[in-house]
Amino acid sequence: MTVRIARIVSCVALAWLVAGAVPHAQGRRGGGPPATARAAAPVDLTGYWVAFISEEWRYRMVTPPKGDYRGIPLTPEGTRVANTWNPAAPESEPCKAYGAPAIMRIPGRLHVVWQDDNTLRLDTDAGNQTRLFRFGPATSAAAAPTWQGTSTARWESAATGPRAAAGSLTVVTTNVRPGYLRRNGVPYSVDTTVTEYFDVAPHPSGGQVLIVTTVVEDSQYLQRPYIVSSHFKKEPDGSKWDPTPCTAVW
Amino acid sequence: MGSDAVHGSMVNTCGPAEAGPYVRAAKAGPYVLWLVLVAVALAPRTTYAQVDITGSWGATGAEDLAGDSVPVDYTGVPLNQEGRLRALSYNESQYSMIERQCQGLPVFYFVQGPFGIRIWNTTEPVKGNTISYTVGAWENRAPLVIWMDGRPHPSKYAEHTRGGFTTGRWEGNTLVADTTHMKANFIRKTGPPLSDEATMTTRFYRHGDVLTVLVIVEDPIYLAEPQIMTRSFQLQNTELSPVGPPCVSAYQGRMPGDSVPHYIPEQNPFVDEMTERYGVPRDAALGMPETLYPEYRKKMKPGSARPAGCTVNCTTTAPPAQR
Repeated sequence: MTVRIARIVSCVALAWLVAGAVPHAQGRRGGGPPATARAAAPVDLTGYWVAFISEEWRYRMVTPPKGDYRGIPLTPEGTRVANTWNPAAPESEPCKAYGAPAIMRIPGRLHVVWQDDNTLRLDTDAGNQTRLFRFGPATSAAAAPTWQGTSTARWESAATGPRAAAGSLTVVTTNVRPGYLRRNGVPYSVDTTVTEYFDVAPHPSGGQVLIVTTVVEDSQYLQRPYIVSSHFKKEPDGSKWDPTPCTAVW
Repeated sequence: MGSDAVHGSMVNTCGPAEAGPYVRAAKAGPYVLWLVLVAVALAPRTTYAQVDITGSWGATGAEDLAGDSVPVDYTGVPLNQEGRLRALSYNESQYSMIERQCQGLPVFYFVQGPFGIRIWNTTEPVKGNTISYTVGAWENRAPLVIWMDGRPHPSKYAEHTRGGFTTGRWEGNTLVADTTHMKANFIRKTGPPLSDEATMTTRFYRHGDVLTVLVIVEDPIYLAEPQIMTRSFQLQNTELSPVGPPCVSAYQGRMPGDSVPHYIPEQNPFVDEMTERYGVPRDAALGMPETLYPEYRKKMKPGSARPAGCTVNCTTTAPPAQR
């Protein structure tokens, strides 16, 4: 009888141990690495997200005055270039403030979908921009620089533990076309590298919050990395999606 | 015998009652094996951090979350009408009252203010499990102590303190902290109020040398919807102070018993300063909830009120503030 009880107890204990040791990341139940980035996603970023402008309102919702560069660690050369900005002059390239280093600070909505099994696509209604986050080995940036540059992506997920489903997305973007870090002419150069981390958290109302940490490195115009974090609230559908073209000055 | 073999033998004992090697061993008396298994299985498994968030995290100086450049700057704070009126009645001269000089700012001010933070953990002496994490204090902010040992929050009738009461847990690589029992305070230095019924959820995300902190504040008294704040810090090699200098109150022109400096809300003289200085519409400066969403831009006149140039607090040449 004692042996039988001991056997039962050991089985329960063994099951508990095994359950706690198995990673919970999606797509790994069959053993071996998942075949696609989509299958490996430890977190679902798809859907519609709206910027919640609770920070730096006066830099984001209106065009700051000329010379207002507070918070941006510009080099002397960066300051010189920024000081050449003329809000009265017609802007030949109205999308300069919508490039990858700055787009997540633009007030607007995001629409995230899987373009294919290894490419996450992020559209913005403000400025009608499209970013493509490609998983897998980085490809050479032979093409001409663009506003959204060339992005490589990878998942970061907790390795073990009962809540290992949590994870995040890391995106590194290069090959960007020179533009504005802030709408009032603060420049970034073609040498800029943007590293972003995408995290998701629950919202008290039952929805979700998307947190995007952006690290901008530009040896030409920045003294040190420019690091900001932006947040978005998830929306149930695209009913408020409002595509608008780029505008140089608000 | 390898671990797989042990595993296989143990699994065998869960099948039909055949006399496998471990059953025979059990008959011989070493019940200790089963007790060890049970003890291991039932032991807490989330006491160790998934990632290390301790250390000195420097301010980047890149995000202006303080929003305190002019007295009536409530931009980005989703106030309800009661909160707005209370904010407009606030006069910064209240800080010259001797009994208010050391009241400090809310515990979440560490994601708003200009300084870096130091985080450390306290461990129990036998197993080294983390009992708590502490986000060190500044001179005008209490430390945030995050209890990780499973203790419950106190009764709703318990004392409210500057630091509140916080418990934490790991969700994957994210430290999640829930705070209650905060004292009434301000959600921003410029006067938007925070009631003592407010609660806060904080999440710490570490990505290499960058720590991003998400704070969501709920206040059923003064906020129309939860306030969301994020701030990033960068790991630094030089050690930050875990405490701020002590606050020492002193005479600053107001005597005990003097009236509390305030404004009649409708007569606050600074209500249009954000508009005049930065071209920010009055509704936005007053924290109307709809101004926090992109569609509010359609109600704004394009660039009409923007001043010609920046005159104060325009550039960043010095490194971020450290302590």
